Amino acid sequence: MTQHLLQLSGVTKSFGSNHVLRGVDIDVAPGKSLVVLGGSGSGKSVILKNTLGLMTPDAGKIYFDGKDVTRDQGKARDAMRARIGMLFQSAALFDSLTIWENVAFRLLNADGMKRKDAKEHAIATMKQVRLGSDVADLTPAEISGGMQKRVGLARAIASKPDLIFFDEPTTGLDPITADAINDLIIEQTKALGAAAVSITHDMASARKIADEIAFLFDGKIIWRGPAADIDHSGNEYVDQFVNGRAEGPIQPAL
Amino acid sequence: MSHVSLKPKSGLPNPLQWLGRAALGMMAEIGRLSVFAAQMSWAGLTPRWYPAQIFRQMVAIGFYSLPVVGLSAVFIGAALALNIYTGGARYGAEQFVPNIVVLGITRELGVTITGLMLAGRVSAGIAAEIGAMRVTEQIDALKTLSANPFRYLYAPRFIAGILTLPLLVLVADIIGVMGGWAVSVYGLGFDSTTYLRNTLDFVTRNDILVGVIKAVFFGGIIALMGCYHGDKSSAGATGVGRAATFAMVGAAVLILAVNYVLSSIFVGIGL
Ligand SMILES: Nc1ncnc2c1ncn2[C@@H]1O[C@H](COP(=O)(O)OP(=O)(O)O)[C@@H](O)[C@H]1O
Ligand SMILES: [Mg+2]
Repeated sequence: MTQHLLQLSGVTKSFGSNHVLRGVDIDVAPGKSLVVLGGSGSGKSVILKNTLGLMTPDAGKIYFDGKDVTRDQGKARDAMRARIGMLFQSAALFDSLTIWENVAFRLLNADGMKRKDAKEHAIATMKQVRLGSDVADLTPAEISGGMQKRVGLARAIASKPDLIFFDEPTTGLDPITADAINDLIIEQTKALGAAAVSITHDMASARKIADEIAFLFDGKIIWRGPAADIDHSGNEYVDQFVNGRAEGPIQPAL
Repeated sequence: MSHVSLKPKSGLPNPLQWLGRAALGMMAEIGRLSVFAAQMSWAGLTPRWYPAQIFRQMVAIGFYSLPVVGLSAVFIGAALALNIYTGGARYGAEQFVPNIVVLGITRELGVTITGLMLAGRVSAGIAAEIGAMRVTEQIDALKTLSANPFRYLYAPRFIAGILTLPLLVLVADIIGVMGGWAVSVYGLGFDSTTYLRNTLDFVTRNDILVGVIKAVFFGGIIALMGCYHGDKSSAGATGVGRAATFAMVGAAVLILAVNYVLSSIFVGIGL
């Protein structure tokens, strides 16, 4: 059996009477790319937030690199986060800081790198995601949505993580920009040899970046398999989602 | 728990249930606020500190509040002098205008006016800023990049609040007294030199100290209410707007209540 880099086992999370996760099992091997598919509001972001310790699961276990991190706090939690990069759905750039300070945020603050070195490092990382040094001193409000995603990606890979989370990396982008982001995700995770967990409801993106696909429905992973099998999963829920039909076992979230 | 029906069979809400629920909700809120205040002060009093963030907040809270504090103080000092003059005239006590103006400004009005104006300008502003960061996932992003929001965001505002409010209050004291002086000299026929001499002879170090000590508390309250309401802000423009409103109203009410408590303590110990 291969050693998992990340493993979730029976994770549940409720908000009051809203039982969002009802026992989620996920595992990712080092260097592999897993895509979690699911409808809007199905709890995809909640999975990532529980894993990063931004929320605490009600039950279940989360293992990172073989170690139980479910309820880690303080230094132990920071040690885990230092090895994980995250691209947020809204990019979540710090709007009071410049682009390069955003990219170098961990280096400047947690790692205490000198500003001059951090800026050089940030500009080198920005180059990897095709951002020129001319935007380094702008603020997030001064650049486009597609560029903000690139900055978010640069920030996520700046400290060379072993695992990267992508929360709906292509949502809100036009198809061409979205495809460019997909290419960058593949290229950069490969270059780092990092594992990736991406969350999306964009089928084109999922097909492109996934080694494996897991389907989240009703708080559980109800199907999982190689990306190539997604069109003949034999699961009527997956089929309905993949083909984007309103009729089927899944009720549209209206 | 929140799904227990609160409607009795008659269809009207039962006032006892309503009161009970409101009281429980208030206790829970006070509990959460106290925990938040403890975490924020702990982060403010222990390393690690972010000096650049503290400096930035001192400029934002202190320097940029000077105009609004100065304007408020000059008008309140002027109005105070006018009222004391007409009121004092009933007893033939007009000559006490400089004494009462400086006493009122240093012990009460300078500091409460500064506190209330900053509840609007600063507390609401902090709540809107932090609230926007919360709903755009910037606070989550901070944590994933191993920066503690209590140390990186809240403590700098807390420290800047308790350091700059006393300085602003000293400015408000001087400008408030000058407001009273201007009305007295140009409107009420006082002699300028005599007015200033009476003011300086009468005011004691304790009068000024009282205002400055209050200012330390008010600075903390302003930062606390802004950060607390911003941090728990819910999504959307309405959520952030409500956070700003709650921060402002909460800070203003808390400032007036704490002002009364502190005043009675100071009177009690003869400060
Ligand atoms: N902090 C929270 N408090 C209460 N409910 C939440 C919170 N975060 C998410 N939820 C709820 O959890 C459900 C799943 O949310 P989310 O994971 O963001 O969906 P998505 O799959 O679109 O990313 C939604 O019903 C949402 O309202
Ligand atoms: Mg989401």
